[in-house]
Amino acid sequence: MKSTALTDKHIALGAKMVPFAGFNMPVYYEGIKIEHNTVRDHLGIFDVSHMGEFTVTGNDALNFLQYVTSNDVSALHTGKIQYTCFPNDQGGIVDDLLVYCHDKNSYFLVVNASNIEKDWDWINKLAKNYDVELENISDQIAQVAVQGPKALKALQGLTDVPLDDIPYYTFTSVHFSGIPDVLISATGYTGSGGFELYCQNEYMPEIWDKVLEAGAPFGIKPIGLGARDTLRLEVGFCLYGNDIDDTTSPIEAGLGWITKFNKDFMMKDYHLKLKEEGVTKKLVGIELIDKGIPRQHMIILNRDEEIIGEITSGTQSPYTGRNIALGYVLKAFSKADTELIVQSRNKLLQAKVVKLPFYKKIT
Amino acid sequence: MNIPEELKYTKDHEWIRESGEQTVIGITDFAQKELGDIVYIEIETEGEDLAKEDVFGTIEAVKTVSDMFMPITGQVIERNPALDDTPELVNTDPYGEGWMIKTTIVDRAEFKDLLTAEDYRQLLDE
Repeated sequence: MKSTALTDKHIALGAKMVPFAGFNMPVYYEGIKIEHNTVRDHLGIFDVSHMGEFTVTGNDALNFLQYVTSNDVSALHTGKIQYTCFPNDQGGIVDDLLVYCHDKNSYFLVVNASNIEKDWDWINKLAKNYDVELENISDQIAQVAVQGPKALKALQGLTDVPLDDIPYYTFTSVHFSGIPDVLISATGYTGSGGFELYCQNEYMPEIWDKVLEAGAPFGIKPIGLGARDTLRLEVGFCLYGNDIDDTTSPIEAGLGWITKFNKDFMMKDYHLKLKEEGVTKKLVGIELIDKGIPRQHMIILNRDEEIIGEITSGTQSPYTGRNIALGYVLKAFSKADTELIVQSRNKLLQAKVVKLPFYKKIT
Repeated sequence: MNIPEELKYTKDHEWIRESGEQTVIGITDFAQKELGDIVYIEIETEGEDLAKEDVFGTIEAVKTVSDMFMPITGQVIERNPALDDTPELVNTDPYGEGWMIKTTIVDRAEFKDLLTAEDYRQLLDE
Protein backbone atom coordinates (compact mmCIF):
# COMPACT_ATOMS: atom_id res chain seq x y z
CA MET A 1 0.00 0.00 0.00
CA LYS A 2 1.28 3.48 -0.87
CA SER A 3 1.78 6.29 1.60
CA THR A 4 1.43 9.98 0.90
CA ALA A 5 3.82 12.68 2.09
CA LEU A 6 1.45 13.16 5.03
CA THR A 7 0.68 9.60 6.15
CA ASP A 8 2.85 9.95 9.27
CA LYS A 9 0.97 13.12 10.22
CA HIS A 10 -2.37 11.33 10.03
CA ILE A 11 -1.18 8.43 12.14
CA ALA A 12 0.29 10.82 14.73
CA LEU A 13 -3.07 12.62 14.85
CA GLY A 14 -4.78 9.32 15.63
CA ALA A 15 -6.72 9.10 12.38
CA LYS A 16 -8.61 5.97 11.48
CA MET A 17 -6.70 4.82 8.41
CA VAL A 18 -8.16 2.78 5.57
CA PRO A 19 -6.86 1.55 2.24
CA PHE A 20 -8.27 3.73 -0.53
CA ALA A 21 -7.25 3.38 -4.19
CA GLY A 22 -4.04 1.70 -3.08
CA PHE A 23 -3.15 4.41 -0.55
CA ASN A 24 -3.19 4.32 3.23
CA MET A 25 -5.57 7.24 3.85
CA PRO A 26 -7.39 8.83 6.83
CA VAL A 27 -11.15 8.18 6.74
CA TYR A 28 -11.66 10.36 9.82
CA TYR A 29 -9.75 11.82 12.76
CA GLU A 30 -12.51 12.75 15.24
CA GLY A 31 -15.64 11.70 13.38
CA ILE A 32 -17.25 12.29 10.01
CA LYS A 33 -20.06 14.52 11.26
CA ILE A 34 -17.96 16.97 13.23
CA GLU A 35 -15.41 17.15 10.43
CA HIS A 36 -18.13 17.69 7.85
CA ASN A 37 -19.74 20.50 9.83
CA THR A 38 -16.36 22.08 10.58
CA VAL A 39 -15.79 22.51 6.85
CA ARG A 40 -19.28 23.97 6.34
CA ASP A 41 -18.96 26.48 9.21
CA HIS A 42 -15.23 27.07 9.59
CA LEU A 43 -12.26 25.45 7.94
CA GLY A 44 -10.71 22.07 7.24
CA ILE A 45 -7.58 20.66 5.61
CA PHE A 46 -7.65 17.42 3.62
CA ASP A 47 -4.76 15.33 2.38
CA VAL A 48 -5.69 14.51 -1.18
CA SER A 49 -2.20 13.56 -2.31
CA HIS A 50 -3.54 10.28 -3.61
CA MET A 51 -5.01 12.15 -6.57
CA GLY A 52 -3.10 11.69 -9.83
CA GLU A 53 -1.36 14.42 -11.80
CA PHE A 54 -0.30 14.34 -15.45
CA THR A 55 1.32 16.99 -17.59
CA VAL A 56 0.51 17.42 -21.29
CA THR A 57 2.95 19.53 -23.27
CA GLY A 58 3.80 20.11 -26.91
CA ASN A 59 2.50 21.76 -30.06
CA ASP A 60 -0.60 19.59 -30.18
CA ALA A 61 -1.43 19.81 -26.48
CA LEU A 62 -4.61 21.80 -27.08
CA ASN A 63 -5.77 19.69 -30.05
CA PHE A 64 -5.06 16.49 -28.15
CA LEU A 65 -7.01 17.58 -25.08
CA GLN A 66 -9.87 18.79 -27.27
CA TYR A 67 -10.20 15.27 -28.60
CA VAL A 68 -9.73 13.28 -25.38
CA THR A 69 -11.87 15.45 -23.08
CA SER A 70 -15.52 16.47 -23.34
CA ASN A 71 -15.28 20.15 -22.37
CA ASP A 72 -14.02 22.93 -24.62
CA VAL A 73 -10.34 23.34 -23.75
CA SER A 74 -10.00 26.25 -26.21
CA ALA A 75 -12.04 28.33 -23.76
CA LEU A 76 -9.16 28.13 -21.28
CA HIS A 77 -6.36 30.65 -21.05
CA THR A 78 -3.34 30.91 -18.78
CA GLY A 79 -4.32 30.37 -15.15
CA LYS A 80 -7.77 28.94 -15.86
CA ILE A 81 -9.10 25.55 -14.81
CA GLN A 82 -11.84 23.40 -16.25
CA TYR A 83 -13.85 20.44 -14.95
CA THR A 84 -14.21 17.83 -17.66
CA CYS A 85 -14.13 14.11 -18.38
CA PHE A 86 -12.40 11.60 -20.60
CA PRO A 87 -15.19 9.95 -22.64
CA ASN A 88 -14.38 6.32 -23.52
CA ASP A 89 -15.06 4.62 -26.86
CA GLN A 90 -18.22 2.88 -25.57
CA GLY A 91 -20.27 5.94 -24.65
CA GLY A 92 -19.15 5.96 -21.00
CA ILE A 93 -16.57 7.85 -18.97
CA VAL A 94 -12.95 6.82 -18.33
CA ASP A 95 -12.61 9.41 -15.56
CA ASP A 96 -13.57 12.93 -14.55
CA LEU A 97 -10.76 15.40 -14.06
CA LEU A 98 -9.55 18.98 -13.82
CA VAL A 99 -7.51 20.60 -16.61
CA TYR A 100 -5.21 23.44 -15.55
CA CYS A 101 -3.98 25.63 -18.43
CA HIS A 102 -0.43 27.01 -18.21
CA ASP A 103 -0.64 27.95 -21.89
CA LYS A 104 -1.82 26.38 -25.16
CA ASN A 105 1.18 24.06 -25.20
CA SER A 106 1.20 23.10 -21.53
CA TYR A 107 -1.52 21.69 -19.32
CA PHE A 108 -1.71 20.03 -15.92
CA LEU A 109 -4.36 17.34 -15.36
CA VAL A 110 -5.66 16.15 -12.00
CA VAL A 111 -7.34 12.73 -12.08
CA ASN A 112 -8.87 10.32 -9.59
CA ALA A 113 -6.49 8.14 -7.59
CA SER A 114 -8.44 4.99 -8.42
CA ASN A 115 -8.06 5.65 -12.14
CA ILE A 116 -4.44 6.78 -12.48
CA GLU A 117 -3.26 3.71 -14.37
CA LYS A 118 -6.40 3.39 -16.48
CA ASP A 119 -6.25 7.07 -17.46
CA TRP A 120 -2.56 6.94 -18.15
CA ASP A 121 -2.94 3.94 -20.49
CA TRP A 122 -5.94 5.50 -22.17
CA ILE A 123 -4.40 8.88 -22.98
CA ASN A 124 -1.12 7.31 -24.09
CA LYS A 125 -3.01 5.09 -26.50
CA LEU A 126 -4.73 8.14 -27.97
CA ALA A 127 -1.60 10.33 -28.05
CA LYS A 128 0.13 8.39 -30.82
CA ASN A 129 -0.86 10.72 -33.65
CA TYR A 130 -0.30 13.95 -31.75
CA ASP A 131 2.84 15.99 -31.15
CA VAL A 132 2.50 15.85 -27.38
CA GLU A 133 4.56 14.71 -24.46
CA LEU A 134 2.75 13.15 -21.52
CA GLU A 135 4.21 12.76 -18.08
CA ASN A 136 2.73 11.03 -15.05
CA ILE A 137 3.99 13.00 -12.03
CA SER A 138 1.51 11.53 -9.54
CA ASP A 139 4.22 10.04 -7.34
CA GLN A 140 6.09 13.34 -6.98
CA ILE A 141 3.21 15.70 -6.33
CA ALA A 142 1.37 16.10 -3.04
CA GLN A 143 -1.95 17.91 -2.73
CA VAL A 144 -3.99 19.33 0.12
CA ALA A 145 -7.42 20.93 0.00
CA VAL A 146 -8.09 23.78 2.43
CA GLN A 147 -11.85 24.20 2.43
CA GLY A 148 -14.44 26.25 4.24
CA PRO A 149 -15.62 29.85 4.61
CA LYS A 150 -12.48 30.85 6.55
CA ALA A 151 -10.00 29.50 3.98
CA LEU A 152 -9.05 32.83 2.46
CA LYS A 153 -8.46 34.59 5.77
CA ALA A 154 -6.46 31.71 7.18
CA LEU A 155 -4.22 31.22 4.14
CA GLN A 156 -3.63 34.89 3.36
CA GLY A 157 -1.06 35.15 6.14
CA LEU A 158 1.09 32.54 4.42
CA THR A 159 1.57 34.24 1.07
CA ASP A 160 2.06 37.75 -0.37
CA VAL A 161 -0.17 37.04 -3.35
CA PRO A 162 -3.64 38.48 -2.67
CA LEU A 163 -5.86 35.40 -2.59
CA ASP A 164 -8.85 37.61 -3.31
CA ASP A 165 -7.43 37.89 -6.82
CA ILE A 166 -7.79 34.16 -7.47
CA PRO A 167 -11.35 33.69 -8.77
CA TYR A 168 -13.13 30.34 -8.66
CA TYR A 169 -11.53 27.82 -11.01
CA THR A 170 -8.30 29.74 -11.54
CA PHE A 171 -4.82 29.14 -10.20
CA THR A 172 -1.43 30.72 -9.78
CA SER A 173 2.00 29.79 -8.55
CA VAL A 174 2.99 31.36 -5.23
CA HIS A 175 5.66 31.52 -2.57
CA PHE A 176 3.82 29.83 0.27
CA SER A 177 5.22 30.12 3.79
CA GLY A 178 8.68 30.40 2.29
CA ILE A 179 8.29 27.50 -0.15
CA PRO A 180 8.63 28.51 -3.80
CA ASP A 181 6.44 27.28 -6.67
CA VAL A 182 3.41 26.13 -4.76
CA LEU A 183 0.43 25.89 -7.11
CA ILE A 184 -2.71 27.29 -5.49
CA SER A 185 -6.11 26.98 -7.10
CA ALA A 186 -9.56 28.17 -6.07
CA THR A 187 -11.11 24.73 -6.43
CA GLY A 188 -12.46 21.99 -4.20
CA TYR A 189 -14.88 19.14 -3.77
CA THR A 190 -16.91 20.40 -0.82
CA GLY A 191 -19.18 23.24 -1.91
CA SER A 192 -17.84 25.40 0.91
CA GLY A 193 -15.19 27.28 -1.04
CA GLY A 194 -11.48 27.35 -0.44
CA PHE A 195 -8.28 26.39 -2.15
CA GLU A 196 -6.22 23.43 -3.22
CA LEU A 197 -2.42 23.47 -2.95
CA TYR A 198 0.01 21.35 -4.96
CA CYS A 199 3.73 20.97 -4.42
CA GLN A 200 6.56 18.45 -4.47
CA ASN A 201 6.13 15.74 -1.81
CA GLU A 202 9.08 16.90 0.27
CA TYR A 203 7.56 20.31 1.04
CA MET A 204 4.05 19.15 1.92
CA PRO A 205 4.59 18.19 5.58
CA GLU A 206 5.74 21.76 6.26
CA ILE A 207 2.77 23.23 4.39
CA TRP A 208 0.40 20.96 6.36
CA ASP A 209 1.85 22.18 9.65
CA LYS A 210 1.81 25.84 8.60
CA VAL A 211 -1.80 25.69 7.45
CA LEU A 212 -2.90 24.01 10.68
CA GLU A 213 -1.08 26.71 12.64
CA ALA A 214 -2.49 29.58 10.58
CA GLY A 215 -5.95 28.03 10.70
CA ALA A 216 -6.00 27.45 14.45
CA PRO A 217 -7.65 30.82 15.27
CA PHE A 218 -10.34 29.92 12.71
CA GLY A 219 -11.09 26.52 14.18
CA ILE A 220 -9.33 24.45 11.53
CA LYS A 221 -9.45 20.65 11.78
CA PRO A 222 -7.87 17.93 9.65
CA ILE A 223 -10.64 16.25 7.64
CA GLY A 224 -10.73 12.67 6.42
CA LEU A 225 -12.04 11.07 3.26
CA GLY A 226 -15.32 10.17 5.00
CA ALA A 227 -16.36 13.81 5.28
CA ARG A 228 -14.93 14.51 1.83
CA ASP A 229 -17.53 12.09 0.50
CA THR A 230 -20.47 13.43 2.52
CA LEU A 231 -19.53 17.04 1.67
CA ARG A 232 -19.43 16.35 -2.06
CA LEU A 233 -22.67 14.41 -1.94
CA GLU A 234 -24.49 17.22 -0.13
CA VAL A 235 -23.67 19.54 -3.01
CA GLY A 236 -24.47 16.92 -5.63
CA PHE A 237 -20.97 16.47 -7.05
CA CYS A 238 -20.47 13.16 -8.86
CA LEU A 239 -18.02 10.58 -7.55
CA TYR A 240 -16.35 8.42 -10.17
CA GLY A 241 -17.06 4.76 -9.49
CA ASN A 242 -20.37 5.61 -7.82
CA ASP A 243 -22.33 8.11 -9.89
CA ILE A 244 -20.36 8.00 -13.11
CA ASP A 245 -18.35 5.16 -14.60
CA ASP A 246 -17.38 3.36 -17.79
CA THR A 247 -21.05 2.85 -18.67
CA THR A 248 -22.61 6.26 -17.99
CA SER A 249 -22.72 9.14 -20.46
CA PRO A 250 -21.98 12.61 -19.09
CA ILE A 251 -25.34 13.60 -20.59
CA GLU A 252 -27.13 11.05 -18.40
CA ALA A 253 -25.12 12.18 -15.36
CA GLY A 254 -26.22 15.80 -15.63
CA LEU A 255 -22.79 16.73 -16.95
CA GLY A 256 -24.07 18.18 -20.21
CA TRP A 257 -22.51 21.46 -19.10
CA ILE A 258 -19.02 19.95 -19.47
CA THR A 259 -19.85 18.30 -22.80
CA LYS A 260 -19.35 20.77 -25.62
CA PHE A 261 -20.32 19.97 -29.20
CA ASN A 262 -18.55 22.88 -30.88
CA LYS A 263 -15.50 20.61 -31.36
CA ASP A 264 -14.72 17.00 -32.20
CA PHE A 265 -14.07 14.56 -29.36
CA MET A 266 -14.18 10.86 -28.57
CA MET A 267 -17.72 9.49 -29.23
CA LYS A 268 -19.07 12.99 -29.84
CA ASP A 269 -21.85 11.74 -32.14
CA TYR A 270 -23.14 9.29 -29.55
CA HIS A 271 -23.37 11.92 -26.80
CA LEU A 272 -24.85 14.49 -29.21
CA LYS A 273 -27.57 12.02 -30.13
CA LEU A 274 -28.34 11.48 -26.43
CA LYS A 275 -28.55 15.19 -25.91
CA GLU A 276 -30.77 15.79 -28.94
CA GLU A 277 -33.00 12.74 -28.78
CA GLY A 278 -33.10 12.48 -25.02
CA VAL A 279 -31.68 10.06 -22.51
CA THR A 280 -33.51 7.03 -21.14
CA LYS A 281 -32.07 7.38 -17.64
CA LYS A 282 -30.95 10.39 -15.66
CA LEU A 283 -28.98 11.02 -12.50
CA VAL A 284 -31.17 12.82 -9.96
CA GLY A 285 -31.15 13.95 -6.35
CA ILE A 286 -33.35 11.85 -4.07
CA GLU A 287 -34.51 12.50 -0.54
CA LEU A 288 -36.17 9.93 1.68
CA ILE A 289 -39.50 10.86 3.21
CA ASP A 290 -39.54 7.78 5.46
CA LYS A 291 -36.87 7.19 8.08
CA GLY A 292 -33.83 5.31 6.87
CA ILE A 293 -30.66 5.92 4.95
CA PRO A 294 -30.34 5.35 1.22
CA ARG A 295 -27.21 3.46 0.19
CA GLN A 296 -25.38 2.68 -3.03
CA HIS A 297 -26.99 -0.16 -5.08
CA MET A 298 -30.42 0.07 -3.45
CA ILE A 299 -33.16 -0.40 -6.05
CA ILE A 300 -35.53 2.46 -6.89
CA LEU A 301 -39.19 1.65 -7.66
CA ASN A 302 -42.08 3.72 -8.91
CA ARG A 303 -45.37 3.88 -6.99
CA ASP A 304 -46.52 0.72 -8.78
CA GLU A 305 -43.42 -0.98 -7.36
CA GLU A 306 -41.81 -1.45 -10.77
CA ILE A 307 -38.04 -1.12 -10.93
CA ILE A 308 -37.06 2.23 -12.42
CA GLY A 309 -33.51 2.78 -11.19
CA GLU A 310 -30.75 2.42 -8.64
CA ILE A 311 -29.08 4.53 -5.93
CA THR A 312 -25.44 5.35 -6.75
CA SER A 313 -24.49 7.31 -3.58
CA GLY A 314 -26.39 7.86 -0.35
CA THR A 315 -25.95 9.07 3.19
CA GLN A 316 -27.51 11.00 6.00
CA SER A 317 -26.53 14.57 5.24
CA PRO A 318 -24.54 15.64 8.31
CA TYR A 319 -25.33 19.32 7.87
CA THR A 320 -29.05 19.12 7.17
CA GLY A 321 -29.94 15.78 8.77
CA ARG A 322 -31.84 14.82 5.62
CA ASN A 323 -31.39 11.36 4.14
CA ILE A 324 -30.09 12.03 0.66
CA ALA A 325 -28.92 10.15 -2.39
CA LEU A 326 -27.94 10.35 -6.02
CA GLY A 327 -29.32 7.72 -8.32
CA TYR A 328 -30.28 6.96 -11.90
CA VAL A 329 -33.98 6.77 -12.70
CA LEU A 330 -35.87 6.40 -15.97
CA LYS A 331 -36.35 9.82 -17.49
CA ALA A 332 -40.11 9.77 -16.93
CA PHE A 333 -39.44 9.76 -13.18
CA SER A 334 -36.70 12.40 -13.09
CA LYS A 335 -38.76 15.55 -12.45
CA ALA A 336 -38.52 17.23 -9.05
CA ASP A 337 -41.14 16.04 -6.53
CA THR A 338 -41.77 12.75 -8.37
CA GLU A 339 -42.62 10.19 -5.72
CA LEU A 340 -40.38 7.13 -5.63
CA ILE A 341 -39.81 4.11 -3.44
CA VAL A 342 -36.35 3.06 -2.32
CA GLN A 343 -35.96 -0.61 -1.49
CA SER A 344 -33.85 -0.78 1.65
CA ARG A 345 -33.14 -4.45 2.24
CA ASN A 346 -36.60 -5.84 3.02
CA LYS A 347 -38.34 -2.48 3.43
CA LEU A 348 -39.89 -0.05 1.00
CA LEU A 349 -39.16 3.57 1.88
CA GLN A 350 -41.06 6.55 0.49
CA ALA A 351 -38.81 9.02 -1.29
CA LYS A 352 -38.97 11.85 -3.79
CA VAL A 353 -36.87 13.45 -6.47
CA VAL A 354 -35.37 16.76 -5.33
CA LYS A 355 -33.43 19.46 -7.08
CA LEU A 356 -29.66 19.50 -6.64
CA PRO A 357 -27.74 20.60 -4.71
CA PHE A 358 -29.09 19.34 -1.39
CA TYR A 359 -27.09 22.08 0.33
CA LYS A 360 -26.14 25.49 -0.99
CA LYS A 361 -23.71 27.87 0.62
CA ILE A 362 -25.37 31.08 1.72
CA THR A 363 -23.20 33.93 0.48
CA MET B 1 -10.76 0.71 25.16
CA ASN B 2 -13.52 0.48 27.73
CA ILE B 3 -14.51 -3.17 28.45
CA PRO B 4 -16.49 -3.33 31.74
CA GLU B 5 -15.65 -6.43 33.78
CA GLU B 6 -19.23 -7.19 34.83
CA LEU B 7 -20.59 -7.64 31.28
CA LYS B 8 -20.53 -10.57 28.87
CA TYR B 9 -19.63 -10.15 25.19
CA THR B 10 -20.01 -11.70 21.72
CA LYS B 11 -17.59 -12.02 18.82
CA ASP B 12 -19.90 -9.65 16.94
CA HIS B 13 -19.20 -6.90 19.50
CA GLU B 14 -22.45 -6.91 21.44
CA TRP B 15 -22.47 -6.71 25.23
CA ILE B 16 -25.12 -8.18 27.53
CA ARG B 17 -25.93 -7.38 31.15
CA GLU B 18 -27.88 -9.85 33.25
CA SER B 19 -30.36 -8.07 35.47
CA GLY B 20 -32.70 -10.38 37.37
CA GLU B 21 -35.04 -12.10 34.91
CA GLN B 22 -34.04 -9.74 32.11
CA THR B 23 -31.04 -8.67 30.10
CA VAL B 24 -29.88 -5.39 28.63
CA ILE B 25 -28.00 -5.56 25.32
CA GLY B 26 -25.93 -3.04 23.41
CA ILE B 27 -22.82 -2.72 21.27
CA THR B 28 -19.32 -2.33 22.65
CA ASP B 29 -17.11 0.71 22.85
CA PHE B 30 -14.88 -0.92 20.23
CA ALA B 31 -17.87 -1.39 17.89
CA GLN B 32 -19.02 2.22 18.18
CA LYS B 33 -15.48 3.45 17.50
CA GLU B 34 -15.20 1.24 14.44
CA LEU B 35 -18.55 2.40 13.10
CA GLY B 36 -17.88 6.08 13.69
CA ASP B 37 -20.78 8.53 13.93
CA ILE B 38 -23.95 6.55 14.40
CA VAL B 39 -26.87 8.21 12.67
CA TYR B 40 -29.74 5.73 12.66
CA ILE B 41 -30.83 2.66 14.58
CA GLU B 42 -33.60 0.41 13.42
CA ILE B 43 -35.06 -2.10 15.86
CA GLU B 44 -38.37 -3.58 14.75
CA THR B 45 -38.26 -6.81 16.75
CA GLU B 46 -39.96 -5.56 19.91
CA GLY B 47 -42.26 -8.32 21.20
CA GLU B 48 -40.62 -11.01 19.07
CA ASP B 49 -39.09 -14.24 20.30
CA LEU B 50 -35.63 -14.48 18.82
CA ALA B 51 -33.01 -17.20 18.89
CA LYS B 52 -29.41 -16.67 19.82
CA GLU B 53 -27.56 -15.07 16.86
CA ASP B 54 -30.75 -13.83 15.18
CA VAL B 55 -30.61 -10.27 13.89
CA PHE B 56 -32.48 -7.99 16.30
CA GLY B 57 -31.75 -4.69 14.59
CA THR B 58 -29.48 -2.69 12.34
CA ILE B 59 -27.21 0.19 13.10
CA GLU B 60 -26.24 2.77 10.52
CA ALA B 61 -23.17 4.95 10.67
CA VAL B 62 -22.48 7.69 8.16
CA LYS B 63 -20.66 5.26 5.90
CA THR B 64 -21.80 1.77 6.87
CA VAL B 65 -24.68 -0.43 7.94
CA SER B 66 -24.29 -3.31 10.34
CA ASP B 67 -26.61 -5.94 11.77
CA MET B 68 -26.87 -6.53 15.51
CA PHE B 69 -27.23 -10.10 16.76
CA MET B 70 -28.88 -11.65 19.80
CA PRO B 71 -26.23 -12.84 22.28
CA ILE B 72 -28.81 -15.26 23.75
CA THR B 73 -32.30 -16.62 23.06
CA GLY B 74 -35.11 -14.45 24.38
CA GLN B 75 -38.01 -12.15 23.75
CA VAL B 76 -37.28 -8.52 22.93
CA ILE B 77 -39.35 -6.74 25.56
CA GLU B 78 -38.15 -3.20 25.12
CA ARG B 79 -36.09 -1.10 22.76
CA ASN B 80 -34.32 2.09 23.74
CA PRO B 81 -36.69 4.86 22.57
CA ALA B 82 -34.06 7.57 23.16
CA LEU B 83 -32.08 6.29 20.17
CA ASP B 84 -34.79 7.43 17.74
CA ASP B 85 -33.83 11.06 18.17
CA THR B 86 -30.36 10.73 19.66
CA PRO B 87 -28.59 7.74 18.07
CA GLU B 88 -25.28 9.40 18.99
CA LEU B 89 -25.83 8.13 22.57
CA VAL B 90 -24.36 4.89 21.27
CA ASN B 91 -21.14 6.78 20.55
CA THR B 92 -21.04 8.75 23.77
CA ASP B 93 -22.25 6.10 26.22
CA PRO B 94 -22.32 2.64 24.61
CA TYR B 95 -22.70 0.74 27.92
CA GLY B 96 -25.16 3.16 29.48
CA GLU B 97 -27.62 5.48 27.77
CA GLY B 98 -26.76 3.94 24.41
CA TRP B 99 -28.26 0.52 25.24
CA MET B 100 -30.25 -1.17 22.46
CA ILE B 101 -32.77 -3.67 23.80
CA LYS B 102 -33.98 -5.52 26.89
CA THR B 103 -34.84 -9.21 26.58
CA THR B 104 -36.17 -12.09 28.64
CA ILE B 105 -33.91 -14.99 29.52
CA VAL B 106 -34.90 -18.44 28.24
CA ASP B 107 -31.85 -20.54 29.01
CA ARG B 108 -29.33 -19.36 31.56
CA ALA B 109 -26.84 -21.95 30.31
CA GLU B 110 -26.32 -19.78 27.22
CA PHE B 111 -24.43 -17.26 29.33
CA LYS B 112 -21.62 -19.78 29.75
CA ASP B 113 -20.91 -19.61 26.01
CA LEU B 114 -20.51 -15.84 26.03
CA LEU B 115 -17.15 -14.10 26.25
CA THR B 116 -15.92 -12.63 29.51
CA ALA B 117 -14.34 -9.19 29.53
CA GLU B 118 -10.97 -10.91 29.50
CA ASP B 119 -11.93 -13.13 26.52
CA TYR B 120 -13.24 -10.12 24.64
CA ARG B 121 -10.09 -8.11 25.34
CA GLN B 122 -8.05 -10.98 23.93
CA LEU B 123 -10.26 -11.15 20.85
CA LEU B 124 -9.59 -7.46 20.19
CA ASP B 125 -5.86 -7.93 20.69
CA GLU B 126 -5.69 -10.63 18.02
